[in-house]
Amino acid sequence: MSASLLSVENLVVEYAVGGKTIHAVSGVSFEVARGETLGLVGESGCGKSTLGRAVLQLRRPVSGHVMFDGEDLTAMQGDALRRMRRRVQLIFQDPIASLNPRRRIGDIIAEPLVIAGVKDPGKRQQLVCEVLSAVGLDPALVIGRLPHEFSGGQCQRICIARALVLKPEFIVCDEPVSALDVSIRAQILNLLEAMKARFGLTLLFIAHDLAVVKAVSDRVAVMYLGRLCEVGPSEQLFVRPAHPYTALLIEAIPVPDPDVRPAESVAAGEPPSPMAPPSGCRFRTRCPRADNRCSDEVPELRAVAPGQFAACHHPLIPSA
Amino acid sequence: MATLELVLEEEVAVGSRRRRLGPLFWAAIAWMTFVFAVALMAEFLPLPDPTEMDMLERRAPFSALHWLGTDGLGRDELARLIFGARISLTVGLCAPIIGITIGGALGMLAGYFRGRFETLVVGSMDVLLAFPPLILALAVTAYLGQSLLNLTCILGVLGIPAFMRVARAATLMLARREFVIAAQALGATHARILLRELLPNVFLPLLAFFLLGVAVTIVVEGSLSFLGLGVPPPASSWGSMIGEGRESLEIAPRLAFLPAIAMFLTVLAFNLVGDTLRAFTDPRQGAL
Amino acid sequence: MTGQALLSVEQVAVDLPTPRGNLRAVDRVDLGVGAGRTLGIVGESGSGKTMLSRAILQLLPKKARLSGRVMFDGQDLGRLDPERLRQLRGRSLAVVFQDPMTSLNPVLTIGTQLIETLQEHLELDALAAKKRSVELLAAVGIPAPEQRLRQYPHQLSGGMRQRVAIAIALSCEPKLLIADEPTTALDVTIQAQILDLLAREQRRRHMAMILITHDLGVVAGRTDEVAVMYAGRVVERAPTRALFKKMRMPYTEALLAALPKIDAAPHTPLPAISGRPPDPTRPVQGCSFSPRCRYAVDQCQREKPLLSAAESPDHQFACFHPIEAGV
Repeated sequence: MSASLLSVENLVVEYAVGGKTIHAVSGVSFEVARGETLGLVGESGCGKSTLGRAVLQLRRPVSGHVMFDGEDLTAMQGDALRRMRRRVQLIFQDPIASLNPRRRIGDIIAEPLVIAGVKDPGKRQQLVCEVLSAVGLDPALVIGRLPHEFSGGQCQRICIARALVLKPEFIVCDEPVSALDVSIRAQILNLLEAMKARFGLTLLFIAHDLAVVKAVSDRVAVMYLGRLCEVGPSEQLFVRPAHPYTALLIEAIPVPDPDVRPAESVAAGEPPSPMAPPSGCRFRTRCPRADNRCSDEVPELRAVAPGQFAACHHPLIPSA
Repeated sequence: MATLELVLEEEVAVGSRRRRLGPLFWAAIAWMTFVFAVALMAEFLPLPDPTEMDMLERRAPFSALHWLGTDGLGRDELARLIFGARISLTVGLCAPIIGITIGGALGMLAGYFRGRFETLVVGSMDVLLAFPPLILALAVTAYLGQSLLNLTCILGVLGIPAFMRVARAATLMLARREFVIAAQALGATHARILLRELLPNVFLPLLAFFLLGVAVTIVVEGSLSFLGLGVPPPASSWGSMIGEGRESLEIAPRLAFLPAIAMFLTVLAFNLVGDTLRAFTDPRQGAL
Repeated sequence: MTGQALLSVEQVAVDLPTPRGNLRAVDRVDLGVGAGRTLGIVGESGSGKTMLSRAILQLLPKKARLSGRVMFDGQDLGRLDPERLRQLRGRSLAVVFQDPMTSLNPVLTIGTQLIETLQEHLELDALAAKKRSVELLAAVGIPAPEQRLRQYPHQLSGGMRQRVAIAIALSCEPKLLIADEPTTALDVTIQAQILDLLAREQRRRHMAMILITHDLGVVAGRTDEVAVMYAGRVVERAPTRALFKKMRMPYTEALLAALPKIDAAPHTPLPAISGRPPDPTRPVQGCSFSPRCRYAVDQCQREKPLLSAAESPDHQFACFHPIEAGV
């Protein structure tokens, strides 16, 4: 257990919208080992972004625990929690909106240092320049400017620099490349991998694009409507998915090869609303393998192969 | 592996900063500067005493002695205008300052913390707004007496709800943006987020509104003085001068029009500058 | 290419005056689509693909200047009077946009929007229009279509709204459908459904379609011909299979290589394209891609390559040093 840096236990996050409750995350548990990248993939409305924020306590969970290096983040408040924040950081989807439009880049990146109590301006300047160079930006050209002067890709580099300046141990990346152009995505993904190696980071990489997630993750967790469907090593998961939803996601990816005819989509319909999730297995309304048991009993994550777990009563790989 | 972002082109900052400030804007600034300067230096200017009455020269036309003539009691019109500017500008500036500090603070806090605090603030502002301003002014002056201080305070308090609204609206828009959540994720305290992240963004819209508020206050003060509810004589404000000039409209209409023109130009200038600043308010959202 | 193309874009250029100078959003583009065929236009932001679609529809911003010709069904769209153009749009020439939330009127019910279109263009009476609307909604895969007629756009999910937008677009049996990033805002499983729907409807109606996207994966299995745009120009144009198997333009190659592949092992470094998409207000002398191209030489930076055909007339590209033999 000491190898796992982050351990999420039965996390439940709900919030009220106009009188109705949205069950964004309904009992999710997983672990991330030190130095690993766990990919979290799912479509919109599955709760992955909410989960990412709940891990960082930016949205307080209703119940459950988040153990970071042995300490329970859910039980922390005020200053203790703020101090903890230096060790866990967050990168957002919209890089331009993540930067205060009225502050200069130098100030923005120095902000974490100021909050952490680094008093010497010279030292701050030095650290800022170091981290900007690390992400591939020339500090002299960047420090005095405002965010609107940069492109999406460059803003994302700045956000990554800001997240790295305190040398955190763990970073949650919430759809960091979805808002970027295709040709820039690869740059940023490569940058993240390089930064991970250089700073010895552990990452939780959240995205809706399976191919992107697979490219950077050691293990992948698939989420649907607030619950985890499947968790397993990246390669293994994609070659032999156990959960029908994972299989559906893989099938639906448009492959840039004209010889691969896109399969006529198997699962019909749309994801149900998170305000009224189906009973039992939440995927059953779209699953070709669903039966009565699926609506009565909530499937738990069970091992179907070494290191691979699926929450399904009729997995594509029969349980071990 | 990590691709190096080679040079960041020079292009960006240079061209886009220049938002065209037309000649009207500069004319407005010029007038405002002029009025301020003259009001500040009133005592040092070679003017006759505005309260000195010269009963032989009542309603005198323009002359070398009295550049703008005299009013119904023989007082020098120009001197009265300049000293009147003092009153109008003092009230015009100080009252909105009360509004922007208290209203702005309340609005930001309400927009940031939401929940019951917000409901309380918005509710009490609504109550305040429901009071007919003139009646309130009357009541307060009747109770506490007419003075410059009381007038400024009343108008200041009456302006708080409007500033609260502007600040709250701006804060609501911003508080959801990722950069605020990013600050929270960094461990910033609420105070820090309010002052370093939100305030710089809320400030410009508030300032633009402030200038418009100055314009409105000058007019309101003018109306109150016109009705005799403003600053008590012998102090003159443009509004009271217009009121006094009403009696002489057939004989010497200039007595009413001169202060009216002065007020009109000043209010217009503040409006123009405020509007231009409002146009400046949007930080340029990137390329085309 | 046999037969008369249904849509023919000839040397179309779009210029926009901006405070920083003239912006050439589209630079002398030639394209064509025949009836029943699908053309894919691939490009990133700043490539001019959206402006091109607006130019075809004659829906450019007021300040824009259009040069060149757009021939549709034998008519020069630029020369038609506004009334004829209006009748053509929606009837023979339909569009589906990226964001169904903004392309549908939020204050009108689905039914009203559908029925209005039908009455306007096909002159059906209310009852017939309503019946046809229900048929259309069912055809695009919306469950319980009668109830949907009374609903407002915000009550539907993104995928549903896009289906409604497609239903509206298809309602008058158009000859050409332009789909501008129709699935970019949607989830991948819904994307597959919507693309299937479009393909099905196209086959059924023998309709021509232009599919605009930034995703090479989307065009691979679903188009007959692909045009790749960069900095306002078409830089490569070929039948789909030929494009993927024998691409000549380094940009196309780089774009394809930069996509994370589902069958690649994790942590494989991605061959990223350095630099960033060009700024249309600062045109580069020479080939627009040369600052980022790994094969660039002096000539590339001095002269602009023109679109020309190599061994087969269908496959055109604009490059001085195209890539040789296929992948």
